[in-house]
Amino acid sequence: MTGLNYADIGDVVPIVTGERRVVADAYAPDDVRIGKLDRRQFLKLTGLVGGGLMLTFGTPKALAKGAVLQPNGYVKIDATGIVLYAKNPEIGQGVKTSLPMIIAEELDAAWDDVQVVQSPIDRETYGWQMAGGSTSIPGNWDPLRRAGAAARSMLVEAAAKRWGVEATSLSTRDSHVVHAASGRKLAYTELAAGAAAMDVPNPQSLTLKKRDQFRLIGKRITGVDNDALVRGEPLFGIDQMLPGMKYAVYQKCPAIGGKVASANLDAIKAMPGVHDAFVLEGNGNAMELLPGVAIVADNTFSAIQAKRALKVEWDESDASKDSWTHAKAEAERLRKESGPQVVNTGDVDAAFASSAKQASGFYTYHFVSHATLEPQNCTAWFKDGALELWAPTQTPAQGIGSAAKVVGVSPSKVTLHQLRCGGGFGRRLYNDFTCEAAAITKRAGVPIKLQWTREDDMAYDLYRAGGFHQMDGAVDENGKVTGWRDRFITFTNDGRRPVSGGGLGRGVFPAGLVDNVRLEQTALPWMNRCGAWRAPGSNVFAFVFQSFLDELAHAAGRDSLDVLLEVFGEPRQMGPRGMHTGRAAGVVKLAAKEAGWGRELADGRGMGIAFYYSHAGHIAEVAEVSVSDQKQVRVHKVTVAADVGPIVNLSGAENQMQGSVVDGLSTMTGLSVTFENGRVEQSNFDRYPMLRMPSTPEVAVHFVDSDYPPTGLGEPALPPLAPAVCNAIFAASGHRIRTLPISEEGFSLA
Amino acid sequence: MDLKVNGELRNLGEIDPRTPLLWVLRDELGLVGTKFGCGISQCGACTVLVGGQPVKSCSYPVSTVANAEVTTVEGLARSDGELNAVQQAWVDLDVAQCGYCQAGQIMAAEALLRANPNPGDDDIDQAMAPNLCRCGTYIRIREAVKVAAATRRSAAEASDAAE
Ligand code: FES
Ligand code: FES
Repeated sequence: MTGLNYADIGDVVPIVTGERRVVADAYAPDDVRIGKLDRRQFLKLTGLVGGGLMLTFGTPKALAKGAVLQPNGYVKIDATGIVLYAKNPEIGQGVKTSLPMIIAEELDAAWDDVQVVQSPIDRETYGWQMAGGSTSIPGNWDPLRRAGAAARSMLVEAAAKRWGVEATSLSTRDSHVVHAASGRKLAYTELAAGAAAMDVPNPQSLTLKKRDQFRLIGKRITGVDNDALVRGEPLFGIDQMLPGMKYAVYQKCPAIGGKVASANLDAIKAMPGVHDAFVLEGNGNAMELLPGVAIVADNTFSAIQAKRALKVEWDESDASKDSWTHAKAEAERLRKESGPQVVNTGDVDAAFASSAKQASGFYTYHFVSHATLEPQNCTAWFKDGALELWAPTQTPAQGIGSAAKVVGVSPSKVTLHQLRCGGGFGRRLYNDFTCEAAAITKRAGVPIKLQWTREDDMAYDLYRAGGFHQMDGAVDENGKVTGWRDRFITFTNDGRRPVSGGGLGRGVFPAGLVDNVRLEQTALPWMNRCGAWRAPGSNVFAFVFQSFLDELAHAAGRDSLDVLLEVFGEPRQMGPRGMHTGRAAGVVKLAAKEAGWGRELADGRGMGIAFYYSHAGHIAEVAEVSVSDQKQVRVHKVTVAADVGPIVNLSGAENQMQGSVVDGLSTMTGLSVTFENGRVEQSNFDRYPMLRMPSTPEVAVHFVDSDYPPTGLGEPALPPLAPAVCNAIFAASGHRIRTLPISEEGFSLA
Repeated sequence: MDLKVNGELRNLGEIDPRTPLLWVLRDELGLVGTKFGCGISQCGACTVLVGGQPVKSCSYPVSTVANAEVTTVEGLARSDGELNAVQQAWVDLDVAQCGYCQAGQIMAAEALLRANPNPGDDDIDQAMAPNLCRCGTYIRIREAVKVAAATRRSAAEASDAAE
């Protein structure tokens, strides 16, 4: 149906617990290259423009000899101080702070003594470096503890040698080795040179701390970039500047898949401040380089002005004709026919036949955009057959592989500097903007910063796909849920598999919990690119399943909390990556208790509860709302209970929970991207109204203190929010919401 | 053309007078703390002070600023580097997630506190409503505004007492 290849779209996010999956060409640079710009000259130049711009690079392997203790890529100690390397992209999930905290804990370094540096991209030293799937904490917890412990043990050895005592007689605290018997004490910085001469221990031989020995883990630690952030220092991709740099914009066909037939390039090139304008053919991969017109100018304003004046004749013969109206009509038809089964357990038909009560509902959710506040951008310099990139990406290794392909060099000729990302949410798992910047700098022959406008960002996202679920359920005479049927109509980009987050499977609620479950799935072809969006799959399935469970509870005349707990049943682990029903029940009870579930509420007020398990996190939420006659909803309070194992950074963890609630509320309330004739109908925030401060509810966060290994928090608190609020709206008003955003059903937030 | 930014007179040379203040700050003066989010006055990421008033610099042609004093996030700290009350509250309360909106949030809060040293919850909500945070840090922003307000008030009392 299309000349585009969508093969690389799919789940690029590895499954939790550190499993590595290759998503790009393997890449292992020999060392960090500061690059082709003369650093001194560069600093001077950028100093002149007054921003004091400076890029910092870590060099973990370069100084591994002499007076520097550097047992691995994570710790570097010399006479001047302690440096810890943060390996993964910072997208707002807090890993630039939380990952080094894990190292510092086992190193026994005082946090104030530590300087954190973003590490280079180096597969050999760091393995998997990415931000996605809430994997940073579970995947790095053990290795980072051992990295810190290795350095600590070498420092202890060095002190033992220096004092001529047994290593076992020594202890460590606050960046010092202490010999309690003699009262002697030496700073790590003083011991570094001696420790550097010691053998690096086998990481598996090290003894790690017990939980009650933690001094840093679980504390409230403020972000390592906070000071630079509040001073407006150039931390982000969009802030980068290079000597002689030009500013680029790139216009693609408003309907994806369209090609450039002709463009008024001469008129554009004649515009003031325009340096160059040219057509790029694209490389046929929807994930990499789409066809379009590049404009290279002296500054962003000139580039944007020229883009406005650009007139392109598009060849749309192979372009998208995607239509939401058409998809809805298709779904309306398909919900009445049975589709291919992905799960079929027990005897669903018998369960319905013998049921005491049944409920049905047709659920719909719209496409949404990531809308990272920092629009996509990338600074790039192709020079002497090598490419250097300054890219705000969640998947740097994949960016290197794709960009190398686009400019036709080996990945070893590409250097990518990872920069703080102004939001991720899954958007920057995809490196189309990186590829565009690479192609433009190569063709223009100058360093460029590619800047997407907000309009570009909305028109060329990898959207969270919409979907439709015909739900049917059965309860027996005891009010127990016995039958569950979901006829799901989803989308496919490549014609083979559902889009990312658009596929049901065995692990999906309530498979394994309700005896008789049938899940059917039909995918509609769709050309506009779809991708992972914060808690893929879960972010919409939770709404449907937890709302529908509430419907069944009401059909049975029972309390939703009781039904939820009954569905979990006996405490047990549901498969190696599945949820633990005991932990699930634990958070549900905790949220209910903290929210005061069951207490008398004023007229027009209601409470709703929902649970979802995703990204290894068990999260329950209770929302308390009031609903006016004009369908105005005020969310008074959201109570969150989470079991994600021990918390690494309490401040960051709480921030993620609050942010997930706000993001969930924002998205369910009024956000929708619609398509007609292949084009996205929304172009900027005026038609994509995100939540603002006055509608923000109170959020109370409760963490269960559990001994399970810690898991990530970037995503799992988002999915339960929408069903908790929708169930509360039902309790308050008697109106069952079956469409997201709720604005589609006439509701708005007060 | 000249522009007075953060107390310094900066020469812009030949510049298209229609250029939004945002791009002058970022591209010409290298003051990249001020952020681009939407370009149409919807997000507040580009908020700066012009003559003490918060404005969306993306929608503010540089020609209209000519004689006024512009303050950006880079101009808030004292000359010895000490953070001002708003910045310090943002650090201490660990407000930021990605941090991209925060320069605009800080400037909006600064403008609020200059106009109203003791804002109530509704005042804060109203003053901060133009500023989007995609990461949803509104709860901490609210708190940080209150902390900054308290710091500023006690500093003002101390200096009154000293006089
Ligand atoms: S960039 Fe100016 S308001 Fe969004
Ligand atoms: S902290 Fe990310 S947009 Fe506000």
